[in-house]
Amino acid sequence: MLLKGENISFGYKKNNWVLNDANISFKSGEVLGLIGDSGSGKSTLCKILSGYENNYQGNINIDGKEIPLKGYHPVQLVFQHPEKAVNPKWKMKDILNEGHNVSQDILDSFGIKENWLNRWPNELSGGELQRFALARALSPKTRFLIADEITTMVDAITQAQIWNTVLDIAEEQNIGVLVVSHEKKLIKQLCHDTLYLDDINNV
Amino acid sequence: MKNKAEIYAGENLSDKNGVIIQKDPLIGSEVIIKKEKATEALLKVHDISLSFTQYTSGLRQTELKVISNLSIEAYSGEILAVVGSSGSGKSLLAHAILGILPPNAKLGGKIEYNGQKLTQIRKEELRGKEIALVPQSVNYLDPLMRISDQVIGDVEDEDEKLMKNLQRKIFQRYDLKPEVDRMFPHELSGGMARRVLVSTAVISSAKLIIADEPTPGLDEKTLNETLSYFEDMADNGCAVILITHDIEAALKISDKIAVFYAGTVLEVANARDFKNNGENLRHPYTMALWNALPQNGFQTIDGHQPMQDEVIDGCIFYQRCFQKTDICSKGIPPLKESNGGVVRCNNATYKEFLKKADEAPPVYNHKLENLSVLQESKEV
Repeated sequence: MLLKGENISFGYKKNNWVLNDANISFKSGEVLGLIGDSGSGKSTLCKILSGYENNYQGNINIDGKEIPLKGYHPVQLVFQHPEKAVNPKWKMKDILNEGHNVSQDILDSFGIKENWLNRWPNELSGGELQRFALARALSPKTRFLIADEITTMVDAITQAQIWNTVLDIAEEQNIGVLVVSHEKKLIKQLCHDTLYLDDINNV
Repeated sequence: MKNKAEIYAGENLSDKNGVIIQKDPLIGSEVIIKKEKATEALLKVHDISLSFTQYTSGLRQTELKVISNLSIEAYSGEILAVVGSSGSGKSLLAHAILGILPPNAKLGGKIEYNGQKLTQIRKEELRGKEIALVPQSVNYLDPLMRISDQVIGDVEDEDEKLMKNLQRKIFQRYDLKPEVDRMFPHELSGGMARRVLVSTAVISSAKLIIADEPTPGLDEKTLNETLSYFEDMADNGCAVILITHDIEAALKISDKIAVFYAGTVLEVANARDFKNNGENLRHPYTMALWNALPQNGFQTIDGHQPMQDEVIDGCIFYQRCFQKTDICSKGIPPLKESNGGVVRCNNATYKEFLKKADEAPPVYNHKLENLSVLQESKEV
């Protein structure tokens, strides 16, 4: 499968484009890196690709077909701050299984322990919460994963643990991964290929 | 490699010659700064512990221990990086020094500043003046207050003009244009916000700067720029404590690195110990952190940092350690000095351990087994 964003333009204010005629595409099983300075529109592009932002110009499609507005979105986005992506008043097991019942295999590969499930989000560290965020995003129906700085807030060991697991699952389920990061060394380690946002954006 | 005695002799020599004369950009006159390590630490944190009282059910209370046996020292003119994962207690240490812990916190042990005991009253007197915090993000600024007003803070009327001038000068030094003075926090870009936050610490002419995670999510240019501000502060004689989980950023500017894990300090290393693939590092956790960097092999170790409510009898790193021995499961290893740093590990330094294992296989047989497991996993 091929996820394509064609001629995407977007601005938060009138006549102030964040993205102008940007093109991006990556296929199942591919791990693609995306690098850009702060404020260059990386996160905006991520939100557009994964259906969080609808007020854009251009076209997003998978294998030439538009992504349906209803049902499970095949492009899943995971954010930098997991604590902002979970409901603080829900227990972890409810947060985890909100979209689908996450399989035990996935939980095991992320090292999510049974007794974490009965905790509240504020009782887990950032790295542990991020494992939950990823586990729930990697459902069997997910075709593409967009990882927007997902390990920026964790230590090096946790970073390596998380990425090794994500890449294993992505390979197994043939998921395409877009790795957004400032860390060139991390991108070099993880990705088959690297895109610079400045090169694909015509602002 | 030099032997220990030679290294120490070299250090003493540079101590004597460590006086640097520099032009202060603010005052314009020449000032003498002692760049090398002062003999007495400006801040001494000795064996502190911190626990929170929590209600479990009804009126039943429990004590949740989040910091134990933690000791560090910060010297004027030096940058001490405090490195660890989230939940290792590094931000709580900052809050303890500044005296901004919540009411249900219980702090034990001793904190000394400038030779005097740092009591809650002293903390409140000193913070914002001699001790300053550089917070993590623009969220710490008042969203409804103009930038210059909040950088200057609350001052007497007669000082206002003076402070305004000083603020303008500092902003100019950090390349913040006059229009920034009247902006609101949401109008700042990431890099600008960082410079404003640094300015708040500089304007207070603080001697001890605590920077809490000032770097994540910055692009390379802004990151290096931010780090250079802290380098400047240390060059001007401040003691800087740089709290971060990014060991790489810390290494760029720090003199010493304190490695935190589950509420205690496992190692204080000198920045040079990380050279040559970290061969002079002392603790297996520091080694693991180093090897987990993308450019150093991206190797993981199994397991997690213990939760705060898990009671652990022996070494806090026992479960994940590859060089553990029987004694590690009993009692917390003491903090001991080793090669110009300190380490909390029963099994000496990593390198010394390897050597011993090579030389005397029969005695260290049980360790050798662990070692071969390690080497296999490295190859994978």
